[in-house]
Amino acid sequence: MFLLKLLFKNAFRRRLRTALTLLSIAVAVMAFGLLRTVVSAWYSGVETSSASRLITRNAVSLIFPLPVAYKDRIRYIDGVNTVSYGNWFGGIYIDRKNFFPNFAVEPKSYLELYPEYVLSAEQREAFLRDRKGVVAGKKLVERFRWKVGDLITLQGTIFPGNWEFVLRGVYKGRDENVDETQFFFHWDYLNETLKKTNPSRADRVGFYMIGVDHPKNAATVVQAIDRSFKNSLAETLTETEKAFQLSFVTMSEAIIVAIQVVSFVVIGIIVAVVANTMSMASRERIWEYAVFKTLGFGSGYITGLILGESLLITLMGCGLGTIITYPAAHLFKLMVPLYLPVFQVAEGTLILNLLASIGIGVVAAIAPAWRAVRIRIAHGLRRIG
Amino acid sequence: MPNKAPIVDIKNLSKSYRRADRLVPVLVDITLDVAQGEFLALMGPSGSGKSTLLNLIAGLDQADQGTIYVGGIDITALSEGDLAAWRATHVGFVFQFYNLIPVLTAFENVELPLLLTGLSRRERREHVELALRVVNLEDRMDHRPAQLSGGEQQRVAIARAIVTDPTILVADEPTGDLDRVSAEEVLGLLERLNQESGKTIIMVTHDPRAAKKARTIRNLEKGFLNHVPSQTAV
Repeated sequence: MFLLKLLFKNAFRRRLRTALTLLSIAVAVMAFGLLRTVVSAWYSGVETSSASRLITRNAVSLIFPLPVAYKDRIRYIDGVNTVSYGNWFGGIYIDRKNFFPNFAVEPKSYLELYPEYVLSAEQREAFLRDRKGVVAGKKLVERFRWKVGDLITLQGTIFPGNWEFVLRGVYKGRDENVDETQFFFHWDYLNETLKKTNPSRADRVGFYMIGVDHPKNAATVVQAIDRSFKNSLAETLTETEKAFQLSFVTMSEAIIVAIQVVSFVVIGIIVAVVANTMSMASRERIWEYAVFKTLGFGSGYITGLILGESLLITLMGCGLGTIITYPAAHLFKLMVPLYLPVFQVAEGTLILNLLASIGIGVVAAIAPAWRAVRIRIAHGLRRIG
Repeated sequence: MPNKAPIVDIKNLSKSYRRADRLVPVLVDITLDVAQGEFLALMGPSGSGKSTLLNLIAGLDQADQGTIYVGGIDITALSEGDLAAWRATHVGFVFQFYNLIPVLTAFENVELPLLLTGLSRRERREHVELALRVVNLEDRMDHRPAQLSGGEQQRVAIARAIVTDPTILVADEPTGDLDRVSAEEVLGLLERLNQESGKTIIMVTHDPRAAKKARTIRNLEKGFLNHVPSQTAV
């Protein structure tokens, strides 16, 4: 109790210095938390991938389509439960800066495969009934202030023309990690229009989404699908949804590595700030440590005083930084809603913050504690006056 | 009157310091007995080695040669950890610049040495209040050092030194930073502790007025102890 009281008194002996140190730690912890959250957000698609879903695409590249006729052959492969398919539509809403992901999908099977998109039964029925119907995520709807029944026009880029849709449903994520910025409509609408305007592009899909009966069968099913289309005009490449998502993430791996490096540089900066504060504090108090030693306090107690103060300062800074991370993350999310639709400060980030703070507190105390413990009493007492 | 049995028994004590690449002798072959209940003043010019001798007697520094027995224990044979434990129970320290911890109150400063004793909180409080009563500062126990005068701070330091009822009290220039009135108060207090409580006190000073309060005075010059009779040196 006495020690704790002394730690607090020591920590706030130079209030301005401690306040500035706390502020530095808090800002750095917030920056660290935000950077880690950016990395997590980048991988959120991978994290939320289902182990029982596979993606099949053209073996050459994702931009080459596959015949829609593959669906029946895939469906009869052992272990396959559900088959859905779709195209990346790439439509623009009013202006390019309003980018959001939009897909043409086979609606019934798609909604079966993605139960994490929660839709009311009425809206689901309305969507399935209306070939021009569209379902959009809650965040997307809020962003453009759409209402169910609104007519939404997208300008096609991959599929030229103005495409009109009627908003029939708004889905919510089953949990907070689900992306609520997607926009999907009937693949038939796209295909039938293509049949009239550009028949050579009709009856082709960008990818298949396949549900397997059990995750443990995924590898067998992957091999079976790709074997089925071996030596065909359009060979397939099937992979788990996680691997598929990861292939997108790895395209931007350099950025992720850079962010991770910066986040650890931030840790280095905090170590320097706290070590500087502790070093100044212990240099000023070297005579006090000599007095403690004179009175019979051992090296353990002196180390405890310095280490405790260092930990106290870093943990207070960490607490403050963690508190301000939430509003900062919210602000960040508002600023870049499209690129990182799932931007949640994860529990793991908070644990990492805490562990990093403890590590920083310990590292920053090593040199001052070493100096204080080693100083000869007579030498320490001579520094007075 | 002091008991004749020596509480401090020093034999052939030598100490040198290294300056650049040569050894500078600070204490040379010192032999000294301090009887229990004695009030000894160590005098001498600056650099004569009196503070070094005091530090060695108090277990704050290590001798190069010789033995120091305090209360029958050879402290030159103790390890650093054992020496720290020994200091906690056997020595009370009074310094020139008081050396009170500035963020602690007078009460907390006096309580510090008791944290190593295993006494309960209530017992500690009783001891601290008694020690502060002895130095007549029980009404200032909640004040921090910065809120006290120099004399009061030194009295708090004396309370801290006596709170564990140590075997010996060592004082290094206890009046060196005080005005005359405060110095008289502090010296009076030390004298009272010696005469009324039988505390053995070893005081380093180069103030003749302070030395007058001692029963015995020993002079150090260039590391050698002169055998000057009591009081006549002043």
